[in-house]
Amino acid sequence: MNQMRRRTLKAGASAGLLALLAAAGIISPGEVLAADWNKAAFEGKSMQDALKALGASSPATSSDIVIRAADIAENGAVVPVGVESRIPGTQSISILVDKNPSALAASFDLPAGTEPSVTTRVKMGQTSDVYALVKADGKFYMAKKEIKVTLGGCGG
Amino acid sequence: MADPMRIRASEKGGIVNVKVLMSHEMETGQRKDGSGKIVPAHFIQSVTATHNGKTVLLAHWGPAVSKNPFLEFNFKGGQKGDKVQVTWTDNKGDKRTDEAAIS
Repeated sequence: MNQMRRRTLKAGASAGLLALLAAAGIISPGEVLAADWNKAAFEGKSMQDALKALGASSPATSSDIVIRAADIAENGAVVPVGVESRIPGTQSISILVDKNPSALAASFDLPAGTEPSVTTRVKMGQTSDVYALVKADGKFYMAKKEIKVTLGGCGG
Repeated sequence: MADPMRIRASEKGGIVNVKVLMSHEMETGQRKDGSGKIVPAHFIQSVTATHNGKTVLLAHWGPAVSKNPFLEFNFKGGQKGDKVQVTWTDNKGDKRTDEAAIS
């Protein structure tokens, strides 16, 4: 546990350093582009951290979001998860796994013309609720589904 | 350089279905090797798919996406023979771009 904390501190420090370097103009704009990747959201440990970093502190629960996944995943290293949103004006879809070391697994920006439905495969350390966060017309909506894992996907 | 991606794009009724299989370790940074040292995180951070120069999907990933990631999505407006291009960038700055024709 102590080791985990140590890594968290280290990660936090390097994020701060990166911002500092960017501000000082030491690293080129090309590298700053990679900062589009929402470091705070992906490194947020809990659901709350990740939601806050995504700007969605209290998303409304919606039944118009469908999470396509099996109830039981035999192998936590490869859990197929599909998310489909029926909310008009869907702009982005994110997949979060509550009990993973970092909750946010993946986030998809959907330009106009792209169907609000994506499928990917994620790792799950243990049985957990999986959340789909949808941004539509600037508002956030969420749905969840519990997926049971019989063999964890983090660790050796 | 990483192995090529497998991309399959097929059009039906004006909607293009794209399936991508990438070849990447997706190391989480949580795992330890035989000597007890932590294996550094190495994972794809962003994926961009374009059709005729227009972005049709932008994905940001954390290390929780499975090894050899799979991605499926659909977009409107593509025609048979058009090219779909997919690029990924990982946290070490490695990149790979591949393309496929819509069938």
